[in-house]
Amino acid sequence: MIRLQHNVVHRPRTIDDACTLLAEYGPSAQLLAGGTDIMVLLNAGLLQADVFIDLWPLDELRGIDDLPDSLRIGALTTFSQILRSPAVERFAPALAAAARTIGAAQIQNRGTIGGNIANASPAADSLPVLSCLDADIELASVRSRRRVSIHSFHTGYRKTALAADEMIVAVHLPKTRTDERIEFYKVGTRRAQAISKVVLGARMQIAGGIVEHIALAYGSVAPTVVRARAAEAILLGQYPSPELASRAVAALDRDLKPITDLRSSAAYRRRVAGNLLERFLRKALQH
Amino acid sequence: MKISLEINGKKHEADVEPRLLLVHFLRDVANLTGTHIGCETSLCGACTVLLDDAAIKSCTVLAVQADGCRVTTIEGLASAGELHPVQKGFWEHHGLQCGYCTPGMIMAACGLLRENLSPSEAEIREGLEGNLCRCTGYQNIVDAVESAAREMAGAVK
Ligand SMILES: Cc1cc2nc3c(=O)[nH]c(=O)nc-3n(C[C@H](O)[C@H](O)[C@H](O)COP(=O)(O)OP(=O)(O)OC[C@H]3O[C@@H](n4cnc5c(N)ncnc54)[C@H](O)[C@@H]3O)c2cc1C
Ligand code: FES
Ligand code: FES
Repeated sequence: MIRLQHNVVHRPRTIDDACTLLAEYGPSAQLLAGGTDIMVLLNAGLLQADVFIDLWPLDELRGIDDLPDSLRIGALTTFSQILRSPAVERFAPALAAAARTIGAAQIQNRGTIGGNIANASPAADSLPVLSCLDADIELASVRSRRRVSIHSFHTGYRKTALAADEMIVAVHLPKTRTDERIEFYKVGTRRAQAISKVVLGARMQIAGGIVEHIALAYGSVAPTVVRARAAEAILLGQYPSPELASRAVAALDRDLKPITDLRSSAAYRRRVAGNLLERFLRKALQH
Repeated sequence: MKISLEINGKKHEADVEPRLLLVHFLRDVANLTGTHIGCETSLCGACTVLLDDAAIKSCTVLAVQADGCRVTTIEGLASAGELHPVQKGFWEHHGLQCGYCTPGMIMAACGLLRENLSPSEAEIREGLEGNLCRCTGYQNIVDAVESAAREMAGAVK
């Protein structure tokens, strides 16, 4: 039994201990990973919390396992580790590309993939890639371990399927095949520091001349990352052509409900989203 | 909370408030005021130090999170009165004017050169993108880092 305290930073050494702390404190405890989102809020006075559970010492939450059909990336793995991983470069190059654009070196050295997922910003750069790869998120609590698809993990603007006593332990990425095309595009005002404006994670496989598999996931155009299901449906099973590409781009009107905010207007985001899709299709069909 | 960490090769032990930021620990407890604070919102990079050899912003790390770690600050670079190659580069190429951003810039450059001893100009600009300078317009800083990289590569050979 833990003695509950205030104004404290717990530094558990095992996942089990972290889960026990979460269960005891409930929602009053704030999980802390790299702190690149949390500490900014805290310093700005925008977050009230006096109990922290610092995950940083948990080495079992760190690292990239190259499994037969998937990559398992520990929640505490930093973007620096991801962008230097040969396994990520080989099986999920778009994730390395995304990691390279997240903040600058200091943020990549500290920011974690688990933090990016849990923070649930519609502009989080890893999420469109995880979505187009149909990743699974592995969660732990004192009650159970479970896996949730990335498609049902983010339930609304900054809302997630995490229960109050749960934490993310890893993300599972099914391996892409070498004949698949997978890309990450980000259009923002200042390359690294900008909270991204329009982000596309895209994946396509052509077999026998037709589109055998297609996944298009946009970030920053809706309260959560969205899959462009209408555009995907137009492309799937068809022989690619410029005319087909135009129809897919037009279908984005049904998929995307861009948010208008100070950064840029909805119409602008919609146009950029279309341009990114055209660019992807052109590039993907070049071989 | 009790912490013990190594700063510039020297062991420091202290009992700190859980909410104390590493940058305040460095400046106010360890009396190493070379590390600057420009924003405390992780934007400017003035507070950059190396934590276990990786560049981080010390305004976004709690002092207790550095327990058991190695920290290198600007004060830890020069050895035996000899400037570190990056410091020398900034000196020779006029990489500073007011100097406010300089300790953070230099530490970020050191972090970059640990990963990549022969960075291109684009890689230097990318590596220093988390650091803002209001005075120099960056070109002299890039030149400074290029010259430091050349000197360090020469020393390795
Ligand atoms: C200057 C700057 C630039 C940035 N640029 C970008 C950018 O270009 N793209 C981008 O996507 N993001 C960017 N960010 C945001 C941030 O760096 C990322 O979202 C990062 O991935 C957060 O990870 P972290 O480990 O630092 O999270 P923390 O700040 O430690 O935590 C974030 C949230 O996630 C929760 N959490 C963390 N780990 C877990 C876990 N294992 N289980 C459950 N909950 C958890 C925390 O409780 C908290 O609510 C930037 C931030 C800064 C300060
Ligand atoms: S003071 Fe830390 S980034 Fe500005
Ligand atoms: S030299 Fe003045 S801010 Fe960089």
